[in-house]
Amino acid sequence: MGKISNEDLLAKISAEFADKVTSVSEPFGLLTFETEREQLIDLLDFLKNDPELQFIYLTDLTAIHYPEQEKPIGVIYHLHSLVNNVRVRIKVFLAGDDVHIPTATGLWHGANWMERETYDFFGVIFDRHPDLRRILNVDDMTAFPMRKEFPLEDPNRVDKKDYFFGR
Amino acid sequence: MRNHPVYIDNDPQTEPSTLNLGPTHPATHGVFQNVLQLDGERIISGVSTIGYIHRAFEKIAEHRPYYQITPLTDRLNYCSSPINNMGWHMTVEKLLGIELPKRVDYLRVIIMELARITDHIICNGILGVDTGAFSGFLYMMEYREAVYEIYEEICGSRLTTNIGRIGGFERNFNSIAFAKLRKFLKEFPPVLKEFEALFNRNRIFIDRTRDVAAVTVENALNYSWSGPILRAAGVDYDVRVMNPYSSYEDFDFEVPVGTNGDVYNRFLVRNEEMWQSMRIIEQALEKIEKEPSDIFHADVPDFYLPPKEDVYNNMEALIYHFKIVMGEIPAPKTEVYHSVEGANGELGFYLVSDGGRSPYRLHFRRPSFINYQMYAPMSRGMLLSDAIINMSSLNVIAGELDA
Repeated sequence: MGKISNEDLLAKISAEFADKVTSVSEPFGLLTFETEREQLIDLLDFLKNDPELQFIYLTDLTAIHYPEQEKPIGVIYHLHSLVNNVRVRIKVFLAGDDVHIPTATGLWHGANWMERETYDFFGVIFDRHPDLRRILNVDDMTAFPMRKEFPLEDPNRVDKKDYFFGR
Repeated sequence: MRNHPVYIDNDPQTEPSTLNLGPTHPATHGVFQNVLQLDGERIISGVSTIGYIHRAFEKIAEHRPYYQITPLTDRLNYCSSPINNMGWHMTVEKLLGIELPKRVDYLRVIIMELARITDHIICNGILGVDTGAFSGFLYMMEYREAVYEIYEEICGSRLTTNIGRIGGFERNFNSIAFAKLRKFLKEFPPVLKEFEALFNRNRIFIDRTRDVAAVTVENALNYSWSGPILRAAGVDYDVRVMNPYSSYEDFDFEVPVGTNGDVYNRFLVRNEEMWQSMRIIEQALEKIEKEPSDIFHADVPDFYLPPKEDVYNNMEALIYHFKIVMGEIPAPKTEVYHSVEGANGELGFYLVSDGGRSPYRLHFRRPSFINYQMYAPMSRGMLLSDAIINMSSLNVIAGELDA
């Protein structure tokens, strides 16, 4: 794909954060791994500022909800090294009653709204975020609508049950 | 940002005034609200409020089969919906492992580059209107109509196109579509040339736009900017070149790059991209001559709906039709990120599949949302009229901003 192969990239990351890089996979050639929130910022900082890697571009920041998992909320970072043309995907899973994660706004200004969007839809609290408010939904909303338990349509309707449509 | 002379207000009783720019302001071309603190005409600070047309596409997408998500993507950047449609098809094709014939790739390239041209026509035309020159806009808009007529021949609709299907196109391009395309390629270049002659060395336009809202490369990258505005700042990041999709690697084109990222540079970059898009379309037309002319989709009966006459007369086609519509064909359990070069930046699709008929999670990386973030901070110290043309040249589309 680029100048750095995924093996070299993983070796370089593992050398710094030996046992904190877990569940490594490569779906469609994109290196994906999980880490923990304690050293997340150190890891992102390393990826961004390492002179060889230079993952200076935060492509995307979002979350996912697996209600049946022990740690249901996953925060997902997509980084892009424009110099090497390599992407990497980092996941951090959080327990349902402790959805705190340190903010990445210190590294990328662009993380500001992406984190606000993630908070808005999943209720992930980004600690030390400068302005953690809802962004797309109304301010007085209490639910986090992209969580799986939030229904798509008004649950009181009787004319549009999902099983009528095979879903 | 421009080094304005410091404006000193000697009247201690004067307080900053608050201006609600938007949500429906004629100068903002869309639903954008910015609450600005003004000192005279100069902006002291601003707060952007977004989400006025949020329609929960990501939530809806979790309850729709893959082929029903295409119309949702239409409504992201509705000035260039074919790019969004194609980006979504390609994401699903990547997930399902569908390889497309070259002719389909080239047809898609034609459609995507036409969409890029229409998007840039709007953006640069409106930028002219906002700086006080209406005629350029009128000359150009006629050719957006010409492109929309080409869309009509291909898919039947104009703005929210729902063009193409997973695995190809729903029908082949007819001869009228090609005739209209050739006519467009012949008639548009002189008009674009005239448009450039009206603006590029126009004293008034240059005074209004040069050094307005200039950004540094570091700042643009730090805010994850992408698309023409990032290239205007001097970074040659174009997804079509960095991670080619839809056989863009077969084409010979240049990526225009600016120097300081101001409004004038963005205007020039967009104009040059239109020229490059036409180059690409001409090459694509040459290339499809060499391909068999009856191929317009891949051979993937599991995902591509059979022709209707077969469904009524042929048992196998009926089974496939039923299985596709009811979503009984499993998808691989994995995740995929695919991005295309949208008209205003890197449009990404992050799709997580649990094997079912609809995505487990779908996230749109929307360039408007990410590009617009810098608007309020960069407006600080700017004149109100400069902030207006800055917004025009960012080409933020409300539908994509709010998803």
